[in-house]
Amino acid sequence: MNIKLKALTKSIWVFHAACSPCNNCDIEILDLLTPRHDIERLGMTLAASVRHADALLVTGIPNTKTKERLKTLYEQAPKPCVVVAIGTCACGRNMFRDSYNSPCNIDDIVPVDVYIPGCPPKPEAMIAGVAKLIEKLKSK
Amino acid sequence: MLKLIFNFLIFPGFLFASCVGLIAGWVDRKVTARIQWRVGPPWYQNFVDIIKLSGKEIIVPQGAKAIFLLSPFAGLLSAVLAAVILGRSILVPAQSFVGDLIVLLYLLVIPAASLIFGASSSRNPLASVGASREMKMVLGYELPFILVAVVAIIKCEGAVKLGNILSYQMSFTSNLILPSGWVSPSGLIAFSVAILCMQAKLGFVPFDAAEAEQEIMGGTLIEYSGLPLAVFKLTKALLLYTMPLLLIVLFWGKDLRPAFLIVKYVSLLVVVILIKNTNPRLRIDQALRFFWGPMTVLALVAVVLALFGI
Repeated sequence: MNIKLKALTKSIWVFHAACSPCNNCDIEILDLLTPRHDIERLGMTLAASVRHADALLVTGIPNTKTKERLKTLYEQAPKPCVVVAIGTCACGRNMFRDSYNSPCNIDDIVPVDVYIPGCPPKPEAMIAGVAKLIEKLKSK
Repeated sequence: MLKLIFNFLIFPGFLFASCVGLIAGWVDRKVTARIQWRVGPPWYQNFVDIIKLSGKEIIVPQGAKAIFLLSPFAGLLSAVLAAVILGRSILVPAQSFVGDLIVLLYLLVIPAASLIFGASSSRNPLASVGASREMKMVLGYELPFILVAVVAIIKCEGAVKLGNILSYQMSFTSNLILPSGWVSPSGLIAFSVAILCMQAKLGFVPFDAAEAEQEIMGGTLIEYSGLPLAVFKLTKALLLYTMPLLLIVLFWGKDLRPAFLIVKYVSLLVVVILIKNTNPRLRIDQALRFFWGPMTVLALVAVVLALFGI
């Protein structure tokens, strides 16, 4: 494994891409930064701009408007960039599957690397997801 | 020649200064985390960040000029040069050249200028807002900062060589203390103004409107990714090494044995971090008014007091 990839696993800057969520998942994501869970221990911080991001945290169901935005965001992120789908909505659209304003799944728009189900998922579940993400990056 | 290259690249130049700066950056993150009752990152975190960023894709926005990629390196080179001049004048005070303090003041503006050039050539509206704020901030803090440097020059009987300023303080007394043993009012006022100017120069929290993450999403840095972003982070680390050291040389240079130097550097660093963690961000107009109002007046008072010899 080369040194740059190893560095990437130790310093994942995340960008919070909210695709019309109900905000519960976003609150749980912010919980990760609080004293109890503190993901800065693992070198993860919230990036201000998508150009600095290594991981996109996608929450919610893409609707016709945010679908395009999410695609643009993924194209704007510097590669290698991973996508994490957070919450049941992002994983499989849940009960909004047949809704009139829900055209597609997130993985129809961008390649998703890790799915973290839950409504909303606990911060512990997200940290477990991050551990899986690091394993996946290491095997690349 | 070989010695010059060694000075520039390894000690006290690029390698040494950036290592110290990155570790100081870690101290900042760790202390911030402890103040917020968190654990904080491991000590090598900033090194890992730089390595990671240098391996990422470099994205150049459509229509950006070549200066978008050149300006980070201009900033880095001048910051390294400033670190070398300062480090050399501490190691061998006798070898510094006339007017190196003036050169140093100019070199320390170039990183901010490179940020402005880079941001304005990126064609991003938020970056241009950040660039205009950075410009106003430079205009704001440079005036009191230069006045403060003048105070140090007056107190050392007109020495504009860093070496002379240091040797004057070593043979008499530091600029913070009068020869009679009392605290010098002009030195103390100038030193406190200099600390606040340093805060603004480092882009730390009350004066970080140019890089406000919450309102303009990183401002000047918004379009940068990969290696250029890593270079900007390195420049920042170098400034974090250079600025406290410059303040120590100007005002606190009585005893510069390594142990004393480290204690002085760390205590200045802690002051900066505490100011950063206990203040909210100022709007750009408030920051400008702060520097052109109270800070400039205080610096002028210090100049007058220094002329009277107290």
